[in-house]
Amino acid sequence: MNEKLAISVDDLTVAYNYKPVLWDIDLEVPEGVLMAIVGPNGAGKSTLIKSILGIIKPIAGSISIFGKPYDKQRKLVAYVPQKGSVDWDFPTTALDVVLMGTYGSLGWIKRPGQKEKKAALEALEKVGMLSFKSRQISQLSGGQQQRIFLARALVQNASIYFMDEPFQGVDATTEIAIINILKELRKAGKTLVVVHHDLQTVPEYFDWVTFLNVKKIATGPVKDIFNDDNLTKTYGINYKVAVNK
Amino acid sequence: MSISEYFNLLWTDYTLRTITLGTAVLGAICGMLGSFAVLRKQSLLGDAISHAALPGIAIAFLITGSKDTYILLLGALICGLIGTFWIRGITTKTHLKSDTALGLVLSLFFGFGMLLLTYIQKQPNANQAGLDKYLFGQAATLVESDVFIMIGVTGVCLIILLLFWKEFKIMLFDMDYTKTLGFNVRFIDSLITFFIVLAIVLGLQTVGVVLMSAMLLAPAAAARQWTNSLGTMVILAAIIGALAGIFGTAISATQNNLSTGPVIVLVAAVFVLFSFIFSPGRGILFREIRFRQNRNDLQLKKTLQFMYDIAKTHQNISHPHAIRILNNFQGFSKNSLRKMEEKEWITLKGQEWSLTNIGFEEAKNLYNQQLKDE
Ligand SMILES: Nc1ncnc2c1ncn2[C@@H]1O[C@H](COP(=O)(O)OP(=O)(O)OP(=O)(O)O)[C@@H](O)[C@H]1O
Ligand SMILES: [Mg+2]
Repeated sequence: MNEKLAISVDDLTVAYNYKPVLWDIDLEVPEGVLMAIVGPNGAGKSTLIKSILGIIKPIAGSISIFGKPYDKQRKLVAYVPQKGSVDWDFPTTALDVVLMGTYGSLGWIKRPGQKEKKAALEALEKVGMLSFKSRQISQLSGGQQQRIFLARALVQNASIYFMDEPFQGVDATTEIAIINILKELRKAGKTLVVVHHDLQTVPEYFDWVTFLNVKKIATGPVKDIFNDDNLTKTYGINYKVAVNK
Repeated sequence: MSISEYFNLLWTDYTLRTITLGTAVLGAICGMLGSFAVLRKQSLLGDAISHAALPGIAIAFLITGSKDTYILLLGALICGLIGTFWIRGITTKTHLKSDTALGLVLSLFFGFGMLLLTYIQKQPNANQAGLDKYLFGQAATLVESDVFIMIGVTGVCLIILLLFWKEFKIMLFDMDYTKTLGFNVRFIDSLITFFIVLAIVLGLQTVGVVLMSAMLLAPAAAARQWTNSLGTMVILAAIIGALAGIFGTAISATQNNLSTGPVIVLVAAVFVLFSFIFSPGRGILFREIRFRQNRNDLQLKKTLQFMYDIAKTHQNISHPHAIRILNNFQGFSKNSLRKMEEKEWITLKGQEWSLTNIGFEEAKNLYNQQLKDE
């Protein structure tokens, strides 16, 4: 295994109200893995990603990306939010949304130019959405919107990708297209952290997994820890028995 | 005076020109900034801020004893900003939703403002009358220097918009993502909000506390109907706002001096109504027309499909068939046959039809096309 740690989370505790949503999380993610975060609804998966990315301020704990605080490493990190987190009726086009991925490296005030546009078109091509580039985003299907978000993260050209349920509401073809892109990214040495709900496909898609339910249940290689014991601890039911019914 | 006389007078009458220019500029800046309020789904924000400004006017008068517009509006600005901070504070520090916070601040400040106004009115002082004009505004009190200030603020606002366009756009669309890119969203947000407060305060003299939020929302809501680009929307909202200002002033000046503010708002509302019905993309009318067209089109294609299934059983696809066999197919009519002939899908001869090559290809591609559209 690679020695280098891409992400390291120490004693992270997060609460929106008085009740903690994440409790004392320690997590180390080695560089170059394709990791799934699994856990039931409300387990704090989105919250974990948002805390690592500095969107939510934790009560306690520290986070480092390649050994340094997140603030100093922003350009190494890309984010694909849950699709439902934005208003898709916003007056803009698919290409424009993908271009937003270049805003971070541009910094304040500077506008995207030819170089950025070329990168955005390439990303659209990669997710198979090039012919939709001028389409108003509300006129895209759910799966197409998901691909646009993926393309936006791709143009960031980061080292670590955080994705919140990129397979939500997409059909089988799109799912395969997306997972192929993720696997390609891993081959290129990138680290990927993906919130995932379909337990059946975990062993097939991912090589690393974290079980989460307010606390961290387990984290490690899929082949070692993706077992009934951890599933039961996370979901609170005997998973295998429940599925076989 | 008729409307056309009014527009002639505009070139010669200094007062009319000042008032018209003032309401036009006010409409433009409100339209521009209103677009941002609408897209952030903070339609109530303008309402809350304008109501929150009222006690500021009363307090400024109580402290200084002066009725100078700028002193009173400075009070309104300070109070409006305090109201905005409270709204921000309530939403971040408690679990209340933002519309609850807006409603709370709105009624609290407005109630307090009204209380102060009645108190001032009861004072045995000849100087107190006239503060209530800020409730509904009085465009006739606009003077040239007011208009210059409005133009100045609009200019600065325009420069800020152009400078931070990309930041405004991304924050409006996806706040969390913007944070991860390293932009200070608090700063961007405060910048927009500050200009919204400024525009509202500028409008108090003309439109008044009660109707100010309509000035902010109506042009933006109308503009949204006509375009799918943020830039066009902002420009269009500014134009619609300016037109509402100009026509509102014209109508109020020519019709027995109807109160200007409410007339401007009504004109803006007419723009909204018109846009909701007639805009080609989102309007009710065109949606209905498109729906019917689609339905008719589908009906034709279904008939074509049926003919195709019959025709392809023959060697020669253009082999003529009796119209009669279509009778037991739903959705077929003389009219639809004629339309299909117009499209050159079929040819009609007597009581028989036959498929053309074009029609055959069209039918063959129906399924493929559906797949392509996906
Ligand atoms: N903005 C918020 N304010 C208050 N509570 C919140 C907020 N966002 C999330 N929560 C709560 O925090 C907990 C964790 O939420 P989170 O969105 O992280 O779950 P999740 O694991 O991503 O769930 P899902 O699978 O449904 O996406 C939930 O109990 C949720 O109700
Ligand atoms: Mg979630």
